[in-house]
Amino acid sequence: MLSPLDHLARQLARLPGIGPRSARRMVLHMLKKREGVMYPLIDSMTRAAEQVKECTTCGNLGGSDPCELCTDRTRDPTLLCVVESVADLWAMERARVFRGRYHVLGGTLSALDGVRPADLRIDKLLTRANDAGVKEVILALNATVEGQTTAHYLAERLVPIGVSVTRLAHGLPVGGELDHLDDGTLAAALLARRQAG
Amino acid sequence: MEWTDEGLVLSSRPHGENAAVVTLLTAAHGRHAGMVHGGQGRAARSLLQPGNHVEAQWRARLTDQLGSYTLDLAEAQAALWLDAPEILALIASACAVTEASLPERQPMPGVYAGLATLLGLRDPSLWAPVYVKWEISLLHALGYGLDLSQCASGGGGDDLAYISPRTGRAVSREAGAPYHDKLFILPSFLLGSGTWTDEDIAQGLEITAHFLSRHVFINPHSRLLIPRDGDLPLARQRLRAFYQKNAGH
Repeated sequence: MLSPLDHLARQLARLPGIGPRSARRMVLHMLKKREGVMYPLIDSMTRAAEQVKECTTCGNLGGSDPCELCTDRTRDPTLLCVVESVADLWAMERARVFRGRYHVLGGTLSALDGVRPADLRIDKLLTRANDAGVKEVILALNATVEGQTTAHYLAERLVPIGVSVTRLAHGLPVGGELDHLDDGTLAAALLARRQAG
Repeated sequence: MEWTDEGLVLSSRPHGENAAVVTLLTAAHGRHAGMVHGGQGRAARSLLQPGNHVEAQWRARLTDQLGSYTLDLAEAQAALWLDAPEILALIASACAVTEASLPERQPMPGVYAGLATLLGLRDPSLWAPVYVKWEISLLHALGYGLDLSQCASGGGGDDLAYISPRTGRAVSREAGAPYHDKLFILPSFLLGSGTWTDEDIAQGLEITAHFLSRHVFINPHSRLLIPRDGDLPLARQRLRAFYQKNAGH
């Protein structure tokens, strides 16, 4: 029978990025600061577990369904950005460069993991692209073989609907130096070169 | 134990939080897996794309251990074709078929050379016919070669027009005519003609799919890639659908 302390440490060690030693340090820290850290954390976790839900429109996680992004009237409803996961959606939001709506796919087509089109939220995407006055769908998927295979598959399904389908550019990152770039990125950047001036 | 070899990335599966178990098809050591520490990191992910050509150093305390790889990129094949859906489908299929069909740690220099040639092609129009020929060479390497040199029912190597789905041998137009509906039509590019259509490619893929299902994937090495006995890997199924659609089937 594990003590409550060991049990908590073991639960924390199951989280990504946290090993057994870090977990024990966290447990000791929380027990030392029960009022300031532990009880607020328990309260936040309970509320998140009870209240956070997946948006049935876009697949984002939030406190309401539809989520805050889907109900935000200041966002452009004609632009739809397709991302693989909620983490990618957050990355786009952090950049503050996109003011349209999102669609979280829930993964990419993968032969290795046996992910088929039916396992992703593709039907919902097609319905949204068809119904909601969407003019452009931006495929913001990873620049990997699986990500781009999925992007091509989606483009094939979306083009007949009559929406403009675009994807993010591949190439040099801001601040990147040619000397330190991997060959793949350099090759993609060269292939996607554009007219200067 | 330690060796250095060149290889082609077939797959990369996450292992733990940061590492990846990577399977390579190596020139001298066959299909060989190994752990890549930090294989889920940002830098490693571009290196571990299927189809990439790498220089590999493998180390383990004992031969039968998984061991770990240190990899250097020799050529980034996948990045060149991110905008080409057909070629991405061919790369994914070639890697999935190789991974699911070859035994582990058994040198297959012919299959390696064929796959390296396919992945190194720079002319996109050549990929599909070379892919079909590579699958035929793979069947041959696994002991299920097709015989396209002469007619199975006697006669020479002239006017070959069909392949028997049972024996994998070519049949002449005259001998095969009564069994037209039961035989595969032999696309002319498999006999050396320099031209082909999407219909020919779709037909070639049907032929190799039939023999791969019948002989190779009937007793699969990997349950993960192949859901049921006789099924082709998912990436190969998508490739087949892609060309069937292009050919208007």
